[in-house]
Amino acid sequence: MINRDLVIIGGGSAGMAAAVAAYDHGVRDILILERTDLLGGILNQCIHNGFGLHEFNEELTGPEFLTRFANQVKERGIEYKLGSYVSSITRDKVVTYSNEEDGAVQIQAKAIIVAAGCYERNAGAIGIPGDRVAGIITAGQAQLYLNEYGYMVGKKVFILGSGDIGLIMARRMTLEGAKVLGVAELMPYSNGLNRNIQQCLKDFDIPLYLSHTVSKTIGKGKLEAIEISQVDEKLRPIPGTEKRFECDTLLLSIGLIPNNGLLDNIGVAQGRSRGSAVNEHLETEIDGIFSCGNVLHVHDLVDWVVSEGKVAGEAAALYLEGKLNRGSKKIVTVAGDGVGYVVPAEVDLEEAPEKLQFKFRCRKPTKNVYITYSLNGNVIKRFYKQTIIPSEMEIDPIPKSLLTEEGTLTVSLTPKEVK
Amino acid sequence: MPTELTCIICPNGCHLTVDDNLNVTGNKCPRGVAYGKQEVTDPRRTITTTVRTNSKTFAVCPVKTREAVAKKLIFKVMEEANKTTIAVPVHIGDVVVKDIAGSGTDLVATRDIEE
Amino acid sequence: MHVSPYIVLYFPGMKDVIIIGAGVVGSFVARYLSRYELKTLVLEKENDVGNVTSMANSAIVHSGDDPVPGTKKARFNVEGNRMYPEVCKELDVSFEQCGSLNVAILDSQIEKLKVLEERAKANGVPTRMLSAEEAKAMEPNINPEVKAALYCPTAGIVNPFTLTAHAMENAVDNGVELHLSEGVTDVKKVGDHYLVTTDKDSYECKVVVNCAGLYSEEIAKMIEPVQWSIKPRKGEYYVLDHYAPGLVNHVLFPLPSEKGKGILVMMTTSGNYLIGPSSEFVDSKEDFSTDSLTLADVKRQATELVPNIPFREQIRVFAGLRATPTTGDFIIEPSKKYKDFINVAGIESPGLASSPAIGKYVAETLVKPLLNPKENPTYKASVRKYVKPLKMSIEERNELIKKDPRYGKVICNCEKISLGEIEDVLSRSVPAYTIKAIKKRTRAGFGKCQGGFCQPQVLLLLAKHYHKSPLEILYDKEGSNVLDKESK
Repeated sequence: MINRDLVIIGGGSAGMAAAVAAYDHGVRDILILERTDLLGGILNQCIHNGFGLHEFNEELTGPEFLTRFANQVKERGIEYKLGSYVSSITRDKVVTYSNEEDGAVQIQAKAIIVAAGCYERNAGAIGIPGDRVAGIITAGQAQLYLNEYGYMVGKKVFILGSGDIGLIMARRMTLEGAKVLGVAELMPYSNGLNRNIQQCLKDFDIPLYLSHTVSKTIGKGKLEAIEISQVDEKLRPIPGTEKRFECDTLLLSIGLIPNNGLLDNIGVAQGRSRGSAVNEHLETEIDGIFSCGNVLHVHDLVDWVVSEGKVAGEAAALYLEGKLNRGSKKIVTVAGDGVGYVVPAEVDLEEAPEKLQFKFRCRKPTKNVYITYSLNGNVIKRFYKQTIIPSEMEIDPIPKSLLTEEGTLTVSLTPKEVK
Repeated sequence: MPTELTCIICPNGCHLTVDDNLNVTGNKCPRGVAYGKQEVTDPRRTITTTVRTNSKTFAVCPVKTREAVAKKLIFKVMEEANKTTIAVPVHIGDVVVKDIAGSGTDLVATRDIEE
Repeated sequence: MHVSPYIVLYFPGMKDVIIIGAGVVGSFVARYLSRYELKTLVLEKENDVGNVTSMANSAIVHSGDDPVPGTKKARFNVEGNRMYPEVCKELDVSFEQCGSLNVAILDSQIEKLKVLEERAKANGVPTRMLSAEEAKAMEPNINPEVKAALYCPTAGIVNPFTLTAHAMENAVDNGVELHLSEGVTDVKKVGDHYLVTTDKDSYECKVVVNCAGLYSEEIAKMIEPVQWSIKPRKGEYYVLDHYAPGLVNHVLFPLPSEKGKGILVMMTTSGNYLIGPSSEFVDSKEDFSTDSLTLADVKRQATELVPNIPFREQIRVFAGLRATPTTGDFIIEPSKKYKDFINVAGIESPGLASSPAIGKYVAETLVKPLLNPKENPTYKASVRKYVKPLKMSIEERNELIKKDPRYGKVICNCEKISLGEIEDVLSRSVPAYTIKAIKKRTRAGFGKCQGGFCQPQVLLLLAKHYHKSPLEILYDKEGSNVLDKESK
């Protein structure tokens, strides 16, 4: 068994940011374990631009953004191992990984940061009705084939789900010569960013069918056609509204799910986001095990992933110095009306820093609302929002001074009174 | 007639209105003003794509136009990019195609590939 | 007569046996025939073994409590069940004798349980009637309304994908010839032998064994009219991810009805949960589509058995077609006209459980007396051991990787499958040309991301191994190419 101070699982944006922050706060014995052969995680295939406006104040492509962080890791001499797959961690912080050179290795870590990213919801998870044929793949997988391996998956494409990866791929495949016939979105609103609706769909006259779903896939071997149907208010297809599209590819952009198996497998309490429940230091219920980035909750912007990674890295540094304790007084957060989940799941009133951040996603687009923070039923802070949409993660600063007592902090959306 | 636009400069995606005198409203930051004016007079887009490489590890290298190019040149840029093969090593910012498709801007690499 | 070696080389001549179909039944017939010195050829229209009914079923080794005593179903099920532990050891296939419970939720169902208990007794299957309390103790997540349950300790679960692949691998290792992607278009009796024509070639043989599953009726009719027919009966299922803590520990059945054994809830050998199947006759033998109404009904019925199934862990839905015979029982017999044309048809449930016994019976009782073959002197009952890093201690795994680094490179994230395991499959005697074939043998791509991360790597590995362009690699059936063209 090898001993290490800090093991970071995942060398994507969150993991690299956490490593750099931990280093900058004095930790020297750091090891990043990355399962693929590249640092940078999913950004390797995100060759489009729009990353880094908050972090670097300029607009970068995914590979450019990750290279800056990879360089920060390398400049500091932080050790990382590629092609290294972590098969398990234990509650005692034993990390088991394997790679071709080292064999199967167990590390006794003093602290662990899990930054394992997320995976795409796929056809199996939603059970699209119809023939089970090739040509129905997730948008991210098509992106990987195209942007890293140089292969197109089809010529005539339809897209289910208006998540950003789907929108980005609509543009990308159009540029590479495919015909993108349309995007169907189950909800009455888009799940992608406005700018992507504009620059990925409208720029190329690709229609967006809101309140529609794919009600049938048709083909033998490979997809030949799909049928989409309008859905009712319970999201069920309405018979008689079917539209048929001849296509060889159905891309799915129907959501991302935290890839949290390592923590789930050891029974760490989950939050509503399907990541682990963490406190304000992004520490899970196990002392010294932290979670950050998309494995904790799916982010809209890599810049926020990075800032979360930094929080985890700094917290791990504090922990390793013995300065991160658990107090006896805490506040538990609750996702109230209109709110899907809240990170962190709890706040340690004694150990929390003065400035706190709460992140959440709303359940559906809402106009003219207050984001209301209530402590034990009493409103402590409100933020007015003209519009709030599920595709954007909300980040609210709350000073610790407002958290005056133990109990429950409910985050909810309350309509602004119209006079 | 005022034009309604979605700003694509950053993920905020502000809803902009540009009137006939090129006054922009609805923007949260000054970049929105510049975008709004540009979009109604001469719409431009940054193009990101890939080009073939002679690398052993990367079949393709990601690239972008250093500046936004006129929207009407998008497919011309793609056509030229798709004809291009670059030799490694290549580094971020290296010019892959100079003045691509006569756009006035260069196609540059966005990944470091050593071999 | 002088036989030129040239002729022997290029015209291998008469086969002893041609088996039509490489499903689980055809594979076991091939395996048991490979114990003899016979020239056996297996013709399979699909591009992989076990690619139709054998890969889309409940993966259960039934105890034999359900078939009517005296039927072939009863006989082969009970016999097959007894063979399973040894067969799976020899073929290196995951098998667990976890036992099954037929659950009565209503008082009125207790009588039916007793009928089942009687049948089991007549079939020689051990059972035990459980009280509601005992049933709840064994299955804490069961419907608390449970009134009683019939426990069959000999029921088990098996990995149906590797069962078929390894049975055929064993046969091929012992000298059987396997042709994939070669569909039989005609069979003729010519003198004392048969002429079997395929979409690629034609062959002569002394004995034909028809294991063509859904199409066994079509094959049988090439020789003579038959009184029976095979109707495709569709079953739709949900698959849930493996997660902790467990949902059920045994195969849970409701009470059987005329439509079959009902919607069951069970854990597979890989720790996933399987919920289904529905049961509907369909028109087409190629219709593997799923539909939401049927699946909704499966969900509803399953929750009567286990109320709190976490459907958010769903990773897949699928449909399989059972080859249901109009006779109600398995058809395992020579044709009316010819004793050397043997139909093995209508092998619906409990077909998987019965398959080793059917294979043995067909080989030893129906085929062997026709040809009087010698024993195969080099016959080995076991396949070359599969390396299973996941089942090893850390020290063993470390040693393995030091010897063969490919076992240190994990390709499938969700199921933790290494490059070594995938390349091992590719080195075996039964080819695995498609992404699905790799998935079935190794579980790469079977997890919660459904190949999202590993499929491109598997695709490139296949292209490299078979010296093909990545564009030619199929997901599954003919035409199911994953990639369309190079982007540049």
